[in-house]
Amino acid sequence: MAQTTPNHTQPVSGWAAHDSSGKITPFNFKRRENGENDVTIKILYCGMCHTDIHHVKDDWGITKYPVVPGHEITGIITKVGSNVSKFKIGDRVGVGCLAATCLKCEYCDRSQENYCDQVEFTYNGIFWDGSITYGGYSEMLVADHRYVVRIPDNMAMDRTAPLLCAGITVYTPLKDNNLVDTKGKKIGIIGLGGLGHVAVKFGKAFGHHVTVISTSPSKEQEAKDNLGADDFILSTNPKQMLEKKRTLDFILDTVSAKHSLGSYLELLKVNGTLVIVGAPDKPIDLPAFPMIFGKRTVKGSMIGSIEETQEMMDLCGKHNILSDIEIITTDQINEGLDRLANNDVKYRFVIDIAGPSSHL
Amino acid sequence: MAKTTPNHTQAVSGWAALDSSGKITPYIFNRRENGVNDVTIKILYCGICHTDLHYAKNDWGITMYPVVPGHEITGIVVEVGSNVSNFKTGDKVGVGCMSASCLQCESCKNSEENYCDKVQFTYNGVFWDGSITYGGYSKMLVADYRFVVAVPDNLPMDRAAPLLCAGVTVFCPMKDNNLIGSPRQNIGVIGLGGLGHLAIKFAKAFGHHVTVISTSLSKEKEAKTKLGADDFIVSSDAQQMKSRHRTLDFILDTVSANHSLGPYLELLKIKGTFVIVGAPDKPMDLPSFPLIFGKRTVKGSMIGSIKETQEMIDICGKYNIMCDIEIITPDQINEAYERIKKNDIKYRFVIDIAGQSSKL
Repeated sequence: MAQTTPNHTQPVSGWAAHDSSGKITPFNFKRRENGENDVTIKILYCGMCHTDIHHVKDDWGITKYPVVPGHEITGIITKVGSNVSKFKIGDRVGVGCLAATCLKCEYCDRSQENYCDQVEFTYNGIFWDGSITYGGYSEMLVADHRYVVRIPDNMAMDRTAPLLCAGITVYTPLKDNNLVDTKGKKIGIIGLGGLGHVAVKFGKAFGHHVTVISTSPSKEQEAKDNLGADDFILSTNPKQMLEKKRTLDFILDTVSAKHSLGSYLELLKVNGTLVIVGAPDKPIDLPAFPMIFGKRTVKGSMIGSIEETQEMMDLCGKHNILSDIEIITTDQINEGLDRLANNDVKYRFVIDIAGPSSHL
Repeated sequence: MAKTTPNHTQAVSGWAALDSSGKITPYIFNRRENGVNDVTIKILYCGICHTDLHYAKNDWGITMYPVVPGHEITGIVVEVGSNVSNFKTGDKVGVGCMSASCLQCESCKNSEENYCDKVQFTYNGVFWDGSITYGGYSKMLVADYRFVVAVPDNLPMDRAAPLLCAGVTVFCPMKDNNLIGSPRQNIGVIGLGGLGHLAIKFAKAFGHHVTVISTSLSKEKEAKTKLGADDFIVSSDAQQMKSRHRTLDFILDTVSANHSLGPYLELLKIKGTFVIVGAPDKPMDLPSFPLIFGKRTVKGSMIGSIKETQEMIDICGKYNIMCDIEIITPDQINEAYERIKKNDIKYRFVIDIAGQSSKL
């Protein structure tokens, strides 16, 4: 068993990468005792986010091995600390990217703790007790109750898991730009992957005209027939791009490959907004002319607060919004990561952590 | 006399570049008769904007020679068309960058005609009658009254001229981002030239804390003692930049040389806003991490509408905001261009078009 923080006593079976080969193997480690502010969660499902690949391969040079990835976690509460009143044993809950924040700064005070500069993530972070955090590729999690959300009863736990990261990442920009309560705007979604497909579902549920913008002509039928998109633009076709100039109110850019924003900005009306949620390693090209001549806005957005995540989850329950997934077993994680790296998934792999018996 | 639109009959003395050498020489041409919606203006002063140099030398490949530059024009109304009720002979007026727009589109109807996709500029544009527009390096201008503003009596006409482009360019982003009449904010101004020095004056007049961010240490004293800036950051000093991380609410970027936005974005607080008004030829580097992790916003802005220009110049009258200028005669234009290229001007050249006798 790997060395963990001395006062951590609960053994857990999980799956970890041990070096930059990124190969995932079974890994036993310890988690802390359930503290007074904690809940212990039996993990049922964990989605696989593209960020997991970056961490297991140490693409950003910040990985602390062994790393147990996973921040799209759903499960059942099995233990509740004495200070926790809003959860009880048996509750269906989810945990996303956040494990801890300072709880004192202006962002934490305003329920924007995802922007706290002492934010610590669900894996590869450092918890308050100094221990390295381990994520959802494991059978059990101890989480502070302030970073846990409730999952509505009508939502399937497997298809809900990706909402904890992919879902909240695309929901918050829609909310921040007043697209949840207004209808009939023209919205573009760049990229039809794990994030993009959920964004299409939100866009349609909130009553907007949704255009998918993609480099793959093969995605047109899928976008329109299966996901309900109203229009499709092939971004590699300059004629199509030119025809749609100044037609969109808002664009959500979910692409994490390096790209130039120029041609996409031209699709926006004057005063239009483009929000970046993908994070290319290298700087994005931002040409000044379409920004200035169209008085356009480019914004960044990173996941959401716990309050926003709960709000998103409740809206997903109300509108029946779930991720399209492919379920894999824990021994298929490496294959899943390889296929994810090749964009070969519609639209999210979810690991069946508890095994086929769970049926929840 | 050069060939102009046949029905243009009013001979005017001006100064033009005839080819991409960019050399400015005297040039005589015709302007249209004063139409029912027109006012004829005896030009007193015209500021030299950096854009003039780009056009004179055809840097953007769009110059129609001969080009008569100049879009920072002040003068006196000498003739008024029969449909014009808001101006009379003898009025002090200004003309900026725009000579025409479609008057029908959404942008025109919303008083945002500067973003009309048929907007035509004061020079190197094509007016409604098909003629190429000639700018303010000339003794007389015929302008549609909808593109003319009144200059308050207390503003000297020479120091008011640059407000018509430089002034409104920096005013609009402050207005759009609620910095007029708002509580004190921390504002950064990148670049201390024609635009930047006016931005400081506006921001101080509106009660804000102003930090100048510049590559030139030599500008610190000038910025603080003469222009009233509160703080100064040398952008090439990584230590200084780092010590100001997350301190500014708003940054106005007036630099038109190529630069990366990354280091500047880090100066912004969470949810801070960065507005680009300079227009580098090449795309700027926009790193996604400071945008996403700080939920920051980057916007473009181009001059302002006529309504906003009038509002800006009235506010300048109220707060005594004027441009710091160096007056030149028309035969010094080429010399001034050379000095502008070296940034050797505090802060704007203004051509005394009517000669020293004007005294207005």
